[in-house]
Amino acid sequence: MNNEVKVDFGMTERLRFREPELAKKIAKKIIKIAPKDELIKFCHVCGTHEWTITHYGLRSLLPSNIEVIAGPGCPVCIVPAAEIDEAVQIAKKGVVITCFGDVLRVPGSQKSLLEAKAEGADVRIVYGVSDAVRLALAEPKKEFVFFAVGFETTAPTTAVEVLKKPPQNFSFLSSHRLIPPAMELLLGVGDLQIDGFLAPGHVSVIIGMKPYELFPRVYRMPTVVAGFEPIDVLMGIYMLLKQNKEKKPRLENEYSRMVKWEGNTKALKVMDKAFKVIGSNWRGIGRLPDSALKLREELKAFDANEKFGIHVKQGKDILLGCECHLVIIGKIKPDECPMFMKACTPQKPVGACMVSSEGTCRVWATTSTRSK
Amino acid sequence: MCLAIPARVISIEGDKAQVDFGQGVLKGVNITLVETKVGGYVLVHAGYAIQTVDEKEALETIDLWNEILSTGIE
Repeated sequence: MNNEVKVDFGMTERLRFREPELAKKIAKKIIKIAPKDELIKFCHVCGTHEWTITHYGLRSLLPSNIEVIAGPGCPVCIVPAAEIDEAVQIAKKGVVITCFGDVLRVPGSQKSLLEAKAEGADVRIVYGVSDAVRLALAEPKKEFVFFAVGFETTAPTTAVEVLKKPPQNFSFLSSHRLIPPAMELLLGVGDLQIDGFLAPGHVSVIIGMKPYELFPRVYRMPTVVAGFEPIDVLMGIYMLLKQNKEKKPRLENEYSRMVKWEGNTKALKVMDKAFKVIGSNWRGIGRLPDSALKLREELKAFDANEKFGIHVKQGKDILLGCECHLVIIGKIKPDECPMFMKACTPQKPVGACMVSSEGTCRVWATTSTRSK
Repeated sequence: MCLAIPARVISIEGDKAQVDFGQGVLKGVNITLVETKVGGYVLVHAGYAIQTVDEKEALETIDLWNEILSTGIE
């Protein structure tokens, strides 16, 4: 077998996980196992999955009755305008806002952080929270806030830094959100009719498999945790189709090289120590119970909302004509929005889904292989 | 945002490690959240190692894929 896949874990390893021959074989198996006329709709909830699917043109390998839709998998897209407004208001007080690059252009009710920066606010992009802390240590006379956006993959990094007791001039604006409540919401959207979940690999690295147990058990929903190389995603789809055919919904792990049943227990412990789970708003979705992370009472000194007394209750999430709220829950595809690549482009985004490199609209806008 | 990339640990000092992403890309990352050793592989997200790569599982995954290759179409 001269085309055998070998392992070495480095850069070349990742190329192996993109073997075209293997992809073709799996695609053939998918075609073989897929029902012939019934429409099957699988949903993923991860911007990186959408990127892999779109970038490698994986939809073109699937039979036309097998659809893979994108759910609310971009943590930047679902930050409500009210929280952007809070960051802008804090920045206006002369505080340095540090954030991930994607967050900069997300629209607030009036303006984005980028627009605030153009007006003179000090907004700086960082690679991660520890870089933000380093900036604060270097300039002790200035106040620094880290705008902590991200799902369970990112939340432990915030937790570690806050538990290390960062410098006095440093605080956090926590916008962390949790994925399983959003998946549960999708099952309640009557006309969406999902036939299976491709669960997000890197969120699962942290939370493990257990939080997904209810999907096959309570909702009889096939659920497969999958990685992010094209072969991972195709295998995930194949495993979902197999469950569908056997009519035996269960929870399976395609990404076992990274995802353990119990997740990363160390990370879960620090998250629990730093945060309490609260109900919160998601852009385009509304209020979801038990879906966000807020710093615990004893860490109040590092909570930017408390420190600067800024609490914005409501913001303007969706502009007139923008259909991000339907794209976010997978009800429409980006090119079904009348603004897509007309009034709303990567250069001048109207909605949040066009901003982040993992927003569904942005992924579609920057890839030509998006359609079947 | 949840992008995470595997890298090999080159050296460790306290809770920091120097890792190699391949092709000469080296970076310092925080390893508080994992237990790793020099030569091991970690998954890096936003400057933090968030998991160690399970080499045995990776080999088994690849075995599974090879099995698919060799069995052909069902």
